[in-house]
Amino acid sequence: MSTVKTMPDLSRRSFIIGTAAVGSGLALGLSIPFGARTARAAGYTVSWAEATPEVNAWVVIKPDDTVVIRIARSEMGQGTLTGLAQMVAEELECDWSKVTTEYPTPGQSVARKRVWGDFSTGGSRGIRESHEYVRRGGAVARTMLIQAAADEWKVPAAECSAANSIITHGPSGRTTTYGKVAEAASKVAQPKDVPLKDPKDWKLIGKSVHRLDTVDKVTGKMIYTADFTLPGMLLAAIKECPVFGGKLKSFDAAKVSSMRGVKHVLQVGDSAVAVVADSWWRAKVALDALPIVWDEGASAKVSSASIAATLKEGLGAEQAFVGNKNGDAKTALAGAAKKIEAVYAHPYLNHAPMEPMNTVARYTPERCEVWLGTQNGEASFAAVLAASGLPADKCEVYKLMLGSGFGRRGAFQDYVRQAVLIAKQIPGVPVKLQWSREEDMTQGRYHPITQCKLTGGFDANNNLTALHVRVSGQSILTSVRPEALVNGMDPAVFQGMAPSGEFEFGYTAIPNYLVDHAMRNPHVPPGFWRGVNINQNAIYMECFMDELAQAAGQDPLEFRRKLMVKNPKHLAVLNAAAERAGWGTPAPKGVFRGLAQMKGYNSFVAACAEVSVTGGNKVKVHRIVAATDCGYAVNPSLIERQIAGSFVYGLSALFYQECTVKNGRIEQTNFHNYQSMRVAQMPKVEAIVMPSGGFWGGVGEPTICVAAPAVLNAIAAATGKRFRSFPLKNHGITLV
Amino acid sequence: MARLNVNGKNYDVDAEPAMPLLWAIREQVGLTGTKYGCGVAQCGACTVHIDGAAVRSCAVSANSAAGKKITTIEGLAVNGQLTKVQKAWVENEVPQCGYCQTGMVMAVSALLAKKPKPTEADIDAAITNICRCGTFQQVRAAIHAAANS
Repeated sequence: MSTVKTMPDLSRRSFIIGTAAVGSGLALGLSIPFGARTARAAGYTVSWAEATPEVNAWVVIKPDDTVVIRIARSEMGQGTLTGLAQMVAEELECDWSKVTTEYPTPGQSVARKRVWGDFSTGGSRGIRESHEYVRRGGAVARTMLIQAAADEWKVPAAECSAANSIITHGPSGRTTTYGKVAEAASKVAQPKDVPLKDPKDWKLIGKSVHRLDTVDKVTGKMIYTADFTLPGMLLAAIKECPVFGGKLKSFDAAKVSSMRGVKHVLQVGDSAVAVVADSWWRAKVALDALPIVWDEGASAKVSSASIAATLKEGLGAEQAFVGNKNGDAKTALAGAAKKIEAVYAHPYLNHAPMEPMNTVARYTPERCEVWLGTQNGEASFAAVLAASGLPADKCEVYKLMLGSGFGRRGAFQDYVRQAVLIAKQIPGVPVKLQWSREEDMTQGRYHPITQCKLTGGFDANNNLTALHVRVSGQSILTSVRPEALVNGMDPAVFQGMAPSGEFEFGYTAIPNYLVDHAMRNPHVPPGFWRGVNINQNAIYMECFMDELAQAAGQDPLEFRRKLMVKNPKHLAVLNAAAERAGWGTPAPKGVFRGLAQMKGYNSFVAACAEVSVTGGNKVKVHRIVAATDCGYAVNPSLIERQIAGSFVYGLSALFYQECTVKNGRIEQTNFHNYQSMRVAQMPKVEAIVMPSGGFWGGVGEPTICVAAPAVLNAIAAATGKRFRSFPLKNHGITLV
Repeated sequence: MARLNVNGKNYDVDAEPAMPLLWAIREQVGLTGTKYGCGVAQCGACTVHIDGAAVRSCAVSANSAAGKKITTIEGLAVNGQLTKVQKAWVENEVPQCGYCQTGMVMAVSALLAKKPKPTEADIDAAITNICRCGTFQQVRAAIHAAANS
């Protein structure tokens, strides 16, 4: 099997679909100055910036030496805006204190033959998949700036150097600034082969500089989609058929049309209805009062119990896709001196970003524009083209800060489609579609549901000789990106258990193993939930590793080490976390430790959790040591924050969260029945950032997956009890 | 109609009895730093001060706040001078996506006004805002930094 690649880029596909429909004239038109248009659209005043030409696609330098670095990926809290700017600035040799950033628009990208590459911000790819071309963008701009100065001085460019936005002619000692030569540099021919620095010469990459977007986030000035306003804008609240796949049958607009503030009651597509009002709250009140009849369709009787039964059947099914194998696990198990078996189950989860889904749209027959926080500007753009029916040169997307995304705002642009379909019915009137939290909870694209049966076999000397991992359950790619299936198999299901690549299995010294998948796809729409399939796979594999170690009467770390001899980088992070935590030395009284490791998104991650359990059910997570080898660490301080935050995301799910299904719909509606950790439950997280170089790994997602198994293994060590279905609240466990 | 005093200025808002203060502040006063996250007083993204106390503005009516002193995130910094809590937030780089952080800063500011040197237990009891990015480790550090500044 080839390298497993997850968070597949729907954008590229829908982008092609969207643009193919409008013919080939895409690279024309759109001549309005770039930064100016974006700025105006976002409500900022534009002055002389309009007149400043870019040095190249990545860099604009203003006469006052302000450096504007263009970032195609989206900032949603993970810090990629700052990290990518550091990479451009490293090669640009500019004054970091003068750096600011702006987003190119997808429309501009289309017009310029995708000069900024991929906009997709998911799969922890922001930095690791664009590091080379963004550094090159900085290097090219630096070369052009130096050339412009050399031309002015009539000296060879080779005699000039640049540092801190100042260009110096060595022999004469003359200097100038980037701002002074930027306009001339914009006319210099772009050099083709510009070498990049050796990593050992990096000055800014690897440095924990402060992120560029903090101050506005503590004063209330940061504009999220929820806050974006246009003159004359109306507000929309929406309800989609609560049973997935159902349709809108009818609604009685007359019952609410005279309610205060209500302007329009509109059907949206064939399965939703929206109320448009002068206030979002009024729109929501009217929507809640609106009589709606749904055609609930074929899935109206589906329940969590019926889904669980379907998955359970898959655990023993004959047909299954083989994702990874070594030797002959089934024969080895049949001949094993001792066998143990365990069945785990992982629920549906909702992303629940703090800002529910939303989009601002304005449609006229001549132009359709949207403003939103999106993980993938190009996917949003494709959704605008499709929903508006307008060609690419009449559409635009202006990106705003995200109130996070966690995978909900990338491949799925359903709310963009809805906003445009609403705007289309009230041409010329800008409209902000804002989902309620209830809509967000019940119209998610859910972390897929799976069960897993693991069987391990030992020889007479308690050596693990065989392992069979049977996953039964939902495939994301089947519904989201079917062209990525390999002869029907969803390779992403095997994340963390794959034969090679960025999700490589870490126990390849097991003589016989088999990892296979019985695909069972319920009607609930699955999506990429931060970390995606490594989350449940890490629970299955790492908890069962502890179960195997216990069955063999061995220490969990020593047991793993023997199976990881061919996976030194996996082992290195595990050792680092264990050693820092004091594995093998006595823990504080009443405190027990648990381990987990995984490779995901091309990074190696491990955690050692310390927990205590009182009264049999009150779990306190005191401390977690978490190690990450992401190859290169661009901003260690921001990486540490991603690691710490990962435990909140992962442990909130472990202790509290599940989306259950009744009558075809999701039962959880808000944070009261889909709880999330608070500061009181936060463990002390000690991050070990240990980049070993030579590869690029992601950091936004990988660590989440080790949170749950490390804590579960520690709980088992403390109580002797092994929990195999989640969340733990269903077992009467509380996190204190 | 209700007269709201927000950040020291009076605003006449056209709010029916059930309209939550959150929506009057966001849509009528026009201050958007106070966020909608859940609408049911769970997440705290909408936290403002009413007469100095932290209140979840999605769960009180605009009319009930008439005549009281309402402070939103925009009212913390005077003449662009960040408060010690805001400074601690910047120095400790607390925010990730930032959407919940204005509410978090408001909750912490109210706590420190009441308890200038809060214990860990004080923090655990008073700061119950949800942050899905998971900034709590930095939140706790920044609270202590602000208390000691």
